[in-house]
Amino acid sequence: MKRYLIRRATISNGASGAFSQVGETPAGAASFSDAQTDDDSTYVYSVSAANDSTVNGRLVWKAETASVTSAPVRSSAQWFDFQRINVFVGVIILSALIMYYIKRAKSGKSLFIRKIAGLEAVDEAVGRATEMGRKIFYIPGSQDMDQVQTLAGITILGRVAEMAAQYEAGLDVPVSRSLVMVTCREVVKEAYAKAGRPDSFQENQVRYLTDDQFGYAAAIDGMVVREKPATIFLMGMFFAESLILAETGNSVGAIQIAGTGEPSQLPFFIAACDYTLIGEELFVASAYLSREPRQLGSLKGQDIGKGLILLAIIIGIILESFQIAHVSKLFKVIGQ
Amino acid sequence: MRRQIPVLITGIVGVILVLQYFIPHPPFNRMANWSSDWFSIVAAFAIWLGALNLFKTSLEKIYSRKGEWGYAIIIVVFFLLVAIAGFAEGRDFRNPGTGFDWLYNYIYSPLSSTMYAILAFFVASASYRAFRARNLDATLLLLAAFFVMLGRVPVGDLMTSFLPENYRLSALASWIMNYPNTAGQRAVMIGIALGIVSASLRIILGIERSHLGGE
Repeated sequence: MKRYLIRRATISNGASGAFSQVGETPAGAASFSDAQTDDDSTYVYSVSAANDSTVNGRLVWKAETASVTSAPVRSSAQWFDFQRINVFVGVIILSALIMYYIKRAKSGKSLFIRKIAGLEAVDEAVGRATEMGRKIFYIPGSQDMDQVQTLAGITILGRVAEMAAQYEAGLDVPVSRSLVMVTCREVVKEAYAKAGRPDSFQENQVRYLTDDQFGYAAAIDGMVVREKPATIFLMGMFFAESLILAETGNSVGAIQIAGTGEPSQLPFFIAACDYTLIGEELFVASAYLSREPRQLGSLKGQDIGKGLILLAIIIGIILESFQIAHVSKLFKVIGQ
Repeated sequence: MRRQIPVLITGIVGVILVLQYFIPHPPFNRMANWSSDWFSIVAAFAIWLGALNLFKTSLEKIYSRKGEWGYAIIIVVFFLLVAIAGFAEGRDFRNPGTGFDWLYNYIYSPLSSTMYAILAFFVASASYRAFRARNLDATLLLLAAFFVMLGRVPVGDLMTSFLPENYRLSALASWIMNYPNTAGQRAVMIGIALGIVSASLRIILGIERSHLGGE
């Protein structure tokens, strides 16, 4: 026997309709979840044990033995998806850790936070632009406000804009989405006000270029080549335009600090930029720069969560090496 | 109030969207789509802000004749040309043979492809810098790149044809991509996932407000 075929029929007005196959499982499987049901419909199921033989890809024979039809079952919407219970537990543990460390930080307990070179260099980068009398370009990625990486990029923009205002360095923020333009404008305006220089803010510092990926890259490349900024920040979500932007910045000798959560773009930034915030470092940048206890606490909770995952991976490797597969099943996520 | 209302809306929507992942019951199972629809509606209105901003700044540049104002003329001309071509053809503006289609196929597409093609040269120049064996890390990077690049082309296997199949350069390249590379990528992805959870929690709880223009 090679596999089980699962067939389903709908019960309507007390009569069963025709059976049709809704899935199959390999031999030895003990369960099957039917995710294709309509709520408030009644179904009956039948399971067939199937076998066949092929020679050179040609079917020689096949055989099926069907089970008795199951009792009618009714599909209804559930208040909790138990297939995602492991994700739920993970989210609760991680959130609890973060909340605990936020509380701990608020109570005044000191937390050790490792140094992040890319963020330590922000001061130096802004200072360099001031000394050279050239502009700072801040590029918050090519995606819209529905991406958390864009939000992370914009939170760093606030700190950079504040420093730029204090040092009286020119700041340009070319963006590729209208909503990002509106948000960045508000953030930069507030930062200038906070630095005590609200009059220095000009709306055109934050300007929209185009939604088009390569059009955006071309426009920024042109600006970089013409204006030769001293410092370029590339913080947010980038795709293929990442290297086009970073290499152009490199060619004009700008100090470049980049950060993204796109693993495929990280090598490009590492190769072409002076400092790169790798993945999670982008998301902690705001907390790191602000040194605000509540934010630093969340950072610590996140690190402990990472430690737990590392521990689970090590235990998983040992158990899998000894062919104990039950624990790894606990981490399987069904459905997206 | 200017800060509190956005924080409140973010918190409520954030919690609902987290809950809907675990609750397949109406109305929660529809909420992800609803919020996505609302985002699209808001973004569609907001695109006018961007377009008008681009038009305004370009006109200002032309008027003041500051800097590279010649480029601003090109922007304004093509902005109007594409808009007129699109509006003049009504709802069928995307059909083959229309003026908009011509502008798209013979101006936009080649320009876009050209920008994409430049990437190949930038990859070469970035690789040249990154692969210089200055220290142990860079040397490892250089060796990995050398074997992967050779293993991905037929000449790699030709050079090692005297070895058993599993020891040829293509097998080595696959091993580097499947094991050290995948392990590194996954480590970064786990960090990113945790970073996203932590950042989202800070935003939902209102601890992180920098994106609203304040602490």
